[in-house]
Amino acid sequence: MSEPRTPRSGGALPGLLKGLATTARTLGRPTHTTEYPDAPPHLPPRSRGVIALLEENCTSCMLCARECPDWCIYIDSHKETIPASTPGGRERQRNVLDRFAIDFSLCMYCGICVEVCPFDALHWSPEFEYSELDIRDLLHEKDRLAQWMPTVPPPPALDPASAEPAEVAAANKPPRPARAAGAATTARPDRQEPPARAERPTRAERPERPARAERPPRPDPPADSVPAEPPTPPSATPETGTPETKSGEEA
Amino acid sequence: MTDALEVTLRSVSVLAAFLVLPLLVGQAEHKVMAHMQGRLGPMYAGGFHGWAQLVADGVKFVQKEDITPAAADRGVFRFAPAVALVPYLVAMAVIPLSPDVVGADVPASALFVLATTAVGILGTLMAGWASANKYSLLGAMRSAAQLLSYELPLVLSVASFCLAAGSLSLGGIAQAWSPWWLLWQLPGALVFLVAAVAELQRPPFDMPIADAEIVFGAYTEYTGLRFAFFLLAEYAGIVVMSLLFAILYLGGWQGPFSDQVGWLWTMLKGLVIAVVIIWMRVAWPRLREDQLQHLAWIVLVPLALAQLALTGVWVVVSA
Repeated sequence: MSEPRTPRSGGALPGLLKGLATTARTLGRPTHTTEYPDAPPHLPPRSRGVIALLEENCTSCMLCARECPDWCIYIDSHKETIPASTPGGRERQRNVLDRFAIDFSLCMYCGICVEVCPFDALHWSPEFEYSELDIRDLLHEKDRLAQWMPTVPPPPALDPASAEPAEVAAANKPPRPARAAGAATTARPDRQEPPARAERPTRAERPERPARAERPPRPDPPADSVPAEPPTPPSATPETGTPETKSGEEA
Repeated sequence: MTDALEVTLRSVSVLAAFLVLPLLVGQAEHKVMAHMQGRLGPMYAGGFHGWAQLVADGVKFVQKEDITPAAADRGVFRFAPAVALVPYLVAMAVIPLSPDVVGADVPASALFVLATTAVGILGTLMAGWASANKYSLLGAMRSAAQLLSYELPLVLSVASFCLAAGSLSLGGIAQAWSPWWLLWQLPGALVFLVAAVAELQRPPFDMPIADAEIVFGAYTEYTGLRFAFFLLAEYAGIVVMSLLFAILYLGGWQGPFSDQVGWLWTMLKGLVIAVVIIWMRVAWPRLREDQLQHLAWIVLVPLALAQLALTGVWVVVSA
């Protein structure tokens, strides 16, 4: 009984001194605490705080609502007919977003909606201070979702050796010789103008066609351009604030 | 008339010290422990680094409901916090900060302090028994066993100081102190410090209130102000034991300018010891019940007896 204790009591003293030394050393060092409500926390730019909506980019395609595992996205829209721009031309229809709401009491912050949005209407924002006293108040409509858009950080720079973004590559390509005049009229402006603006009219036309025909060609461009998408968020950057304005706005 | 005035004045100042010094130690514990763990501790209450945190805690305790369990022994349950608290108040009254600054100058004050602090355990025992709660009872039994074991080395080490000084009065002991004591009374001082921390049931000797095993020991059923009294008793105990250590082993008010600021020296030395007691809490894990008893009977009692023998031989030889 006493035999195992004798060596242990001999070995206890260095351990006790080590404990005292460790705590004394920590006492002399700066603390790790950040006083959160007074000092803003340092969040990495890709933090998943809240999902912001850039309403201009949304085509009410419902992909996000359908992919959402929690079914926490609510979208209402109606179709509007745009009169033909040229005499004798065809009237176009486009979707108009009536309601876009995310219920953050259901959201599990998986980010699938942000990933799946083909038009970059949804963005992650590091904002996280939107707690409510009532769980029902966590259902945020599109005006509130749009308010978070300025807090979305700009996308990170591309790797030095990476390929150019698809849009830039397309824009830099020398224009093709006008061969098929009829088809090229719609295709060429796409290439030469900044893509974000150019794509929208094109997309707006598409919903006329069956959705099934639209999807197969679409996934390719977004899939390429997800990492290399500076052109689209820049369309949002004019409104985008710096991190300072973000914290200021929150306060 | 002047006698009555003096008694009132002394009582009020002892009461003020009793209410302020434990809060100082508690605040020091908050801050020192926090920084030893890489935290900041309280920062808001009172504005400047949370200085009023314990005042705020006191206000909170006052507001809480005072619950007496239905099965509890009502009278004993409600009386226990006072029994735990008052002995330390009495002890503080006779501890001298300097030859002049003392609540009541009692001849055998060392004996008196030891006797009164030993009464405090009765409060814990009463609380544990009267709560009608198995955790409370277990905690009280552990307290009793622990205090019984550690009272002996504590008394033996104090006896060694008394023997060395040739006085039972705390003032006399501090007057007889010489720097040599730091060397030849060192074993006794270590025994006193360890036994004092064990008497206070502070970590690493907090087996009686080990929250992982028996909730909060004898204090499990207490709420509100009565619970706060137990906490206050613990911190008052730290103050008493730290001042005792400073007077017995560190020479009390002995130091430069001791004629003018002797009380400050005693307080400073006591504060250092209080910080050491806090430091032990942060750095060391809790001792198991059997390790606790083992330490008391196998290590501390023989060490205290050896110190007592050494002191006795030295006193006889040098006399």
